Amino acid sequence: MLICAVVITLMRNLFAGAILLSIYSLLASTFFMTMDAVDVAFTEAAVGAGISTILVLATLLHVGHDTKPAKTLRVLPLLVTVFVAGLLIYGLHDMPGFGQANNPVHTHPIAEYYIENSESDTKSPNMVTAILASYRGYDTLGEVTVVFTAGIGVLLLLGGRRKNNKRKADPKIS
Amino acid sequence: MNHHIVLRVVAKLLIPSILLFALYTQFHGDYGPGGGFQAGVIYTAAFILHTLVFGLENTKKIISPTLVQVLSAVGVILYASVGFASIFLGGNFLEYGALIPSALPHAANPGGQHLGILLVELGVGITVSSVILSIFYNFAAEDDSDIEADGIPNEKGKHE
Repeated sequence: MLICAVVITLMRNLFAGAILLSIYSLLASTFFMTMDAVDVAFTEAAVGAGISTILVLATLLHVGHDTKPAKTLRVLPLLVTVFVAGLLIYGLHDMPGFGQANNPVHTHPIAEYYIENSESDTKSPNMVTAILASYRGYDTLGEVTVVFTAGIGVLLLLGGRRKNNKRKADPKIS
Repeated sequence: MNHHIVLRVVAKLLIPSILLFALYTQFHGDYGPGGGFQAGVIYTAAFILHTLVFGLENTKKIISPTLVQVLSAVGVILYASVGFASIFLGGNFLEYGALIPSALPHAANPGGQHLGILLVELGVGITVSSVILSIFYNFAAEDDSDIEADGIPNEKGKHE
């Protein structure tokens, strides 16, 4: 996975980059799979490796496959990147250790409640579905609305562009 | 892409099974991995495969962009109306226990919970699937000056 990520940043050909991103997502989904997060792995494989690759390729069709070679080394963006990366790595030290028994995830009483009661409460053996659709139904309603809004946003941006093109094109014809 | 007979045959074999798998993911989400979001994405993947092989215009004949836009709203409305239905049946917003009348208190009525989760996941699936398809339609659309003028899709669309 790390090799894949590094190669993506070095890649000048955007087409190969898109395919590598897809492979990266697929590797990530196998990674989630080994962590027993089946639902997340499912989503990563379908969305990350499948749909977003298609969307990126469809975009490449419009903008071309190659990046312009960078001529000068720009200092400010480099500094910002290094600074943010440093902050993130510094923040890592505050994260609880991986797989420790006394992590907040394991000690918070709500996790125990879900594990013990989700099946009898909702008759749904898949705890993830029970939590997403029932215990956190408000949350999921909000998420669906966000997805819907995103769809409307794309329609407004891209659909509007094409109508404008048509309007511009019409006077030329007449 | 009409000359690629292998691609067309394989696509015709694959598309129904992808759709079937999406429906399985949708309605089996309570029992195994999956749910509305994943099912919606897989369902759309079948239509995208159809677009790649048979061209954008043919897919738009099967499921028109207008229908896709209407469906993306239908999903959200279905989700929200489950919430309102449970209010009218005497529970709180999105309290699925109220959906099926029973002597038990709402919180202890798994049958209603089950129906509620099923409907809500269906709403999620419909919205996700149609939003992604409408985004894809917009991304894949060629410059309309070519299509609108003579009604013939240009070469780009066929090779996508």
